[in-house]
Amino acid sequence: MPPRSDKLKNTEQELRIFRARALLALVVVVALTSLMVGRLAYLQVVQHDVYSTRSEKNRVRVEPLPPNRGLIYDRNGVLLAENRPTYNLTLVRERSENVDETLALLVELLELNDEETSTFYERSQQWQRPFQPVLLASDLSEEQIAQLAINRHRLPGVEVEAQLLRYYPDAEIMAHALGFVGRINAEEVENLDASRYAGTHFIGKTGVERFYEDDLHGQAGLRKVETNARGRVLRELGRTDPVPGKDLTLTLDKSLQMLAYELMDGRRGSIVALEPDSGEILAMVSTPGFDSNQFVTGIDRASYQELQENLNLPLFNRAIRGHYPPGSTIKPFLALGGLVDGAITPNTTINDPGYYQLPNDSRRYRNWLRWGHGRVDLERSLAVSNNTFYYSLAHEMGIDSLHEQMSNFGFGRRVAHDVQSESSGLMPSREWKRERFDQSWYPGETLSVGIGQGYWQITPLQLATATATLANRGQWVKPRMARKIGDTSLERDLPGTPDDINLAQDDWWDSVFSGMEKVISGSEGTARRTGEGLEYRMGGKSGTAQVFSLGQDQRYDADELEERLRDHALFMAFAPIEDPEIAVAVIVENAGGGSTHAAHLARAMTDEWLLDDEAPEVDEVRETLETDTSNVEGN
Amino acid sequence: MPWQAITQSLRGRPVRTSGGIPKRRSIWERIHLDPWLLGLLLVLMGSGLLVIYSASGQSMNVVIAQAIRFGVALMAMLIVAQFSPIFFLRWAPVAYGIGVLMLVAVELVGDVGMGAQRWLVIPGVIRFQPSEMMKLAVPMMVAAYLYRCELPPKLKDIVVCALIIGLPVALIAAQPDLGTSLLVASAAIIVVLLAGLSWRLIGLVCVLLASGFPLLWMNLHNYQRQRILTFLNPDTDPLGSGWGEEVGLIGMVILILLYLLIVSRGLWLASESQNTFGRLVAGSIILTFFIYVFVNIGMVSGILPVVGVPLPLVSYGGTSSVTLLVGFGILMSIHAHRRLLPR
Repeated sequence: MPPRSDKLKNTEQELRIFRARALLALVVVVALTSLMVGRLAYLQVVQHDVYSTRSEKNRVRVEPLPPNRGLIYDRNGVLLAENRPTYNLTLVRERSENVDETLALLVELLELNDEETSTFYERSQQWQRPFQPVLLASDLSEEQIAQLAINRHRLPGVEVEAQLLRYYPDAEIMAHALGFVGRINAEEVENLDASRYAGTHFIGKTGVERFYEDDLHGQAGLRKVETNARGRVLRELGRTDPVPGKDLTLTLDKSLQMLAYELMDGRRGSIVALEPDSGEILAMVSTPGFDSNQFVTGIDRASYQELQENLNLPLFNRAIRGHYPPGSTIKPFLALGGLVDGAITPNTTINDPGYYQLPNDSRRYRNWLRWGHGRVDLERSLAVSNNTFYYSLAHEMGIDSLHEQMSNFGFGRRVAHDVQSESSGLMPSREWKRERFDQSWYPGETLSVGIGQGYWQITPLQLATATATLANRGQWVKPRMARKIGDTSLERDLPGTPDDINLAQDDWWDSVFSGMEKVISGSEGTARRTGEGLEYRMGGKSGTAQVFSLGQDQRYDADELEERLRDHALFMAFAPIEDPEIAVAVIVENAGGGSTHAAHLARAMTDEWLLDDEAPEVDEVRETLETDTSNVEGN
Repeated sequence: MPWQAITQSLRGRPVRTSGGIPKRRSIWERIHLDPWLLGLLLVLMGSGLLVIYSASGQSMNVVIAQAIRFGVALMAMLIVAQFSPIFFLRWAPVAYGIGVLMLVAVELVGDVGMGAQRWLVIPGVIRFQPSEMMKLAVPMMVAAYLYRCELPPKLKDIVVCALIIGLPVALIAAQPDLGTSLLVASAAIIVVLLAGLSWRLIGLVCVLLASGFPLLWMNLHNYQRQRILTFLNPDTDPLGSGWGEEVGLIGMVILILLYLLIVSRGLWLASESQNTFGRLVAGSIILTFFIYVFVNIGMVSGILPVVGVPLPLVSYGGTSSVTLLVGFGILMSIHAHRRLLPR
């Protein structure tokens, strides 16, 4: 710093400069003050109208108007999913003075128990866009609403909003087919179109609700409201109406679906029924079911845990995700595959000594009838479910051709149009085995596949679809759940439909059909008891899927085994043969032989669909099932 | 004897007025406060509490919290006023140096709040915003420098002052806290202006600033540009309900006149100061105070773009009140000790 020059003259000059500058500053200050006063007066007096409007802006709020979710009907217009008016409790955190206090007061007012309280706090933590309401509780009781109304002034930011809540009248029966809606979770919030979902708290989580979410949801509207300083709505200033979601008409038939559910009688398994000509899924049941309404309002932890830990896996959709060895139910498809491949003709005949042996191999691949069926042709091979015929056929075809032919029927593929989370099952092949186990394919494995065992796994939907394609004489129609979206009908031919299956001669189909008819109506048929009193021509095939593989020449007694190690009972059928109207696949887990424990269910389904008069009462069918254990069948 | 020392101090030693007649010091002189300024400030703070009471929806808790802040700020003012201006003169370079170091520290290890590094945190001890201190330290440093120069300042002195001002302002702007950096800059520039910066230089700087605006615009953050655009297009004004809504036009005019009185009294006290350092610092403090008022009211009424400047001693908040009243403490110290200073 320079040394201080302490001259009196300078000091006085400095004071003079300062005083001049300070005076100037005061002039500027006064001028600016006048400017401020003038500006404020201008705003308040001259532009009073503008100013008051602008001031009002602070009290005008834009509120989302969530659209009504589309309803879901069955093919006959019976309501399957509706919207029930309920009251929800929401909180806009930014409008609350003290979120913790507000939450504590709400817990007190709503008289929540400990568990509900913890859920409540969990929800209050959920991430939400600023100034968007967080759903804290749904389906409030009248008493709770009254309590909240009385204490409204203590709860800024809290709203009780009337909202339509999804309700499934026949929840247990429809749970797997329809799916359900649930609260939008944090992950979903990030991926959703915020403006479309403004004010919406629910989204399709599974099934049809999920697959057709876009159509069912609709478009949110807006309304401008004037509120008081506390955020309470005083009046509406304008609105854009929401666009409601489209109603959905499904292909399901509610009465057939109900019958299927009742036929299963609480056992584990699945029934899928299709209309072959249209590919429409008439019934798709997975049992046990569950109350999907619980998931809409938010299931409590204990109930959820119970559902998850239940050994019967009620939350598991067996119809589309259950993997089962198909057993003998695939023999008709193998026969057709052999016809396409040229490995057999309808006249091919073998002699069955009760087992099959590969060349240069001592191992005997057994027929289920130890002493053999003697002379067996194509039709008889189906009727008596002969294994030796199919060991031979499979060996002739080889795994590569077998894999190709079965894939053409949709095995190992996802073929449905609008079934959410459908599994592809497993159609084994050389490549698959190399990739999975890094091993080459053994000829013996081809034989196992030839009787629907080994690695081959199907889903009930796949079995029903393949049956429908067979009933169509090889013409493919994609299975579908939706009949109409809004007013638009779904086309019959959808993109991605597999290629049709063609036989050298069209009457070869009749040979296979005839064999399948004999399963039910023939004197030797494995399911001949099921065919008693049949009023139409029906083709079918039983199957018994081993849950685990038994060693060679080992015999077992089903009763001695744990119930869960018992065979799965399978049956596939279509009717009437001359003009098929329904194709059914039935799988009952751990029930035993398919001809005894599944065939009756298929018959009950076709009866219900084809006959005008009353189908046999469910109780009767059950009785038959319980008493009839005489008819024993092998693989 | 300590007792004698204390009683003597309270009674006050006789001092000489300009007329040379010994006179007992008044109570105000003994506590080094200016009663007029203090009274005006108390009235202002009282009306501030009323506004807050109304704006917070009759919430006594909020008012009490603010009153406690005012109490702390007034204590700070009282304590600061007890130091002699010589103290400030001596310690200004030290405070300035520490401030710059802390700003550098903020840049390196500062706590990020609202997307900007403004806070210096010594865990468990203090959470401190160095830029707040610089609002007083920078103008005092400039004044201390100019006190040693012959006034009006020469070009060389101006360049030194520009460096003294530029370093902390750049650091604060880099946080980024453009609003505070501009306030610090204007507080310091006022010192230079009051010291007698030549009109030709003032004109030159104005031209430079105008031509530098496009460059500044390029370096602005998006939110800053948005504010300026908003200002130019008032239809999209994002202003929320302000204090003006609570007191009405009459109330606002009274409030503005109150500020005018405080500024006038402050300028008077500044020009009464017998020493250049005191004058420059006092003038800067009081004019900066006015800048706060003008920026806030100008912003609310749409004369100026929106920046986060609180309305002094009326808006809710603690840090700004303390800084302001510490400033007034310095102002009062300069006034009350004027006879103790060398000319």
